[in-house]
Amino acid sequence: MKLSLGPLQYFWPRDTTLAFYRDAATWPVDIVYLGETVCSKRRELRTAEWIALAEELAAAGKEVVLSSLSLIEAESELGVIDRLAAHGGFKLEANDLSAVQACRERGTPFVAGPSLNLYNHRALAMLVEDGLVRWVPGVEQGETLVRELRQAFEADGGTMPELEVIAWGRLPLAYSARCFTARALDVAKDQCGFRCIDYPDALPLATREGRPFLRINGIQVLGEEVTDLGPELPALRALGVDILRLYPQAEGLAEVVRHFDHARAGDAAASQLGQRNGYWHGEPGMQVAAG
Amino acid sequence: MQLVCPAGNLPALQAAVDAGANAVYAGFRDQTNARAFPGLNFSDDELRAGVRYAHAKGAKVYLALNTYPDSARVRDWYSAVDKAAALGCDAIIAAEMAVLDYAARTHPGLPRHLSVQGSATTAPALKYAFERFGISRAVLPRVLSLQQVERLCERSPVPLEVFAFGSLCIMVEGRCQLSSYVTGASPNRHGVCSPAKFVRWDEHADGSRSVRLNEVLIDQFQPQEPAGYPTVCKGRFEVGNEVFHALEEPTSLNTLELLPRLKQAGVAALKIEGRQRGVAYVSSVTRTWRKAIDQLLADKARWQLRPEWQAELSRHAEGHQTTLGPYHRAWH
Repeated sequence: MKLSLGPLQYFWPRDTTLAFYRDAATWPVDIVYLGETVCSKRRELRTAEWIALAEELAAAGKEVVLSSLSLIEAESELGVIDRLAAHGGFKLEANDLSAVQACRERGTPFVAGPSLNLYNHRALAMLVEDGLVRWVPGVEQGETLVRELRQAFEADGGTMPELEVIAWGRLPLAYSARCFTARALDVAKDQCGFRCIDYPDALPLATREGRPFLRINGIQVLGEEVTDLGPELPALRALGVDILRLYPQAEGLAEVVRHFDHARAGDAAASQLGQRNGYWHGEPGMQVAAG
Repeated sequence: MQLVCPAGNLPALQAAVDAGANAVYAGFRDQTNARAFPGLNFSDDELRAGVRYAHAKGAKVYLALNTYPDSARVRDWYSAVDKAAALGCDAIIAAEMAVLDYAARTHPGLPRHLSVQGSATTAPALKYAFERFGISRAVLPRVLSLQQVERLCERSPVPLEVFAFGSLCIMVEGRCQLSSYVTGASPNRHGVCSPAKFVRWDEHADGSRSVRLNEVLIDQFQPQEPAGYPTVCKGRFEVGNEVFHALEEPTSLNTLELLPRLKQAGVAALKIEGRQRGVAYVSSVTRTWRKAIDQLLADKARWQLRPEWQAELSRHAEGHQTTLGPYHRAWH
């Protein structure tokens, strides 16, 4: 079982980002996803710099995948996707059909990211024809749905592409044209001052009785809970999961990587570090305690 | 420019047609469509009657099959496509690849519209759906500004339909898991957002009320304060020590003032949201838009936004408030 570093969902200063990936080069992760998936205004690293970083990490022995935006509105954003797809040296993580089309037209292999809305074996078969080589199920797809999809896909004679599941991190739940960080700070989106940079793990949102609930991350909304599928490792192995995705966070990811690296070497479940992912069990994603 | 109106049941369908809709959209009474609410939608017989009624008055019926079936259930969606064809629907509105592909192969003569749930916001995404599934129209998610809609009209391989009026989803349709994070029931998989069975209202001794969705507090209201339906995106929450509508206020989209520009841009159809709404809503909103469109078609130069149209539409808006939403850059 391989470990991947999912794309950085947050907006960090340039030096912090570069230092994070310099460290990551020495961690026991096999795959690193690089690039901006949330907001095209985040340009501490420009596209050329993400690509340069990709080349460095590849030289350090990592498999690198270039990730792309989940919501694409502007022509300039399409231009970035074209550049990533045209590079040729790396796979692309497609989080929107725009990126699928770019890969399909160029013959670039792609990873279907979690916002692509791939829910059944027929959709998977069509995307495989388009160049899909790896699938990251969407956040609401748990063990049963993934197993049923796999069985139906194989019953139709398909060879399952690589399967990567989100094993660690806050779940990306929603995207909007509106920037919720700008709204919370009472500034216009067009004059946002790039304030996401002040919230390295996004901006906490709580209910009116103080219960931590969501995180506001620019145009994206994340769940508050840092989900952890470590305890499900035996079930993940039985399901044929190839890759465990760990999402970057501001502090302590090196320990999380070590924890999963240690666990994947054995047969047992990992102890629980984060929170239970309800989706994986066919339940609401968050822990819904009564009363 | 077509006016496409919601039909949650047969009386609403008839009301929409009578009020001047060019087309109505409807769904079957199951999870194959994104308004799978109790008491709503059509049996086969009702749909047959609805199609007959609409066709007799020159209106079209589009069948919404716009949820995302998983592998175990995908055949149910195929059957729904077969039924839509057999019952004489004029098009299906679908989002999911297997459903669109099945329809294209099995009923090539039945037009396919890409649903708003398909999340296509760019020319390449629309091109993908056009090349792969032969769609003849696409409904745009409510995320683009007016300028972006205008540009996309120039570049799209298919005619575009946009939302003109109704409840405002502020997230990219097809990409919102807020309801499922809290309840396990999602628009994509189950055709519902914040289902009523998870909603609990509590009235307190001082007359104030609180509303929870699967135990998660979505909002509290003072005794006289108007209270809306508790979707996560329209609740009040605490961010940085302030309590406010952190995502969106309870408000409805109203683009009537943009009508001439939408027409000029080449938008093929205007969609009215609200299959969950009653006959009074459908009738009044359809009639108002019909008048505005007819006056524009009759005399573009002299078209003016009438205050009585806006007043009529505001009566039907959530919290009696309307917004230009994403069409207006300042909303973002």
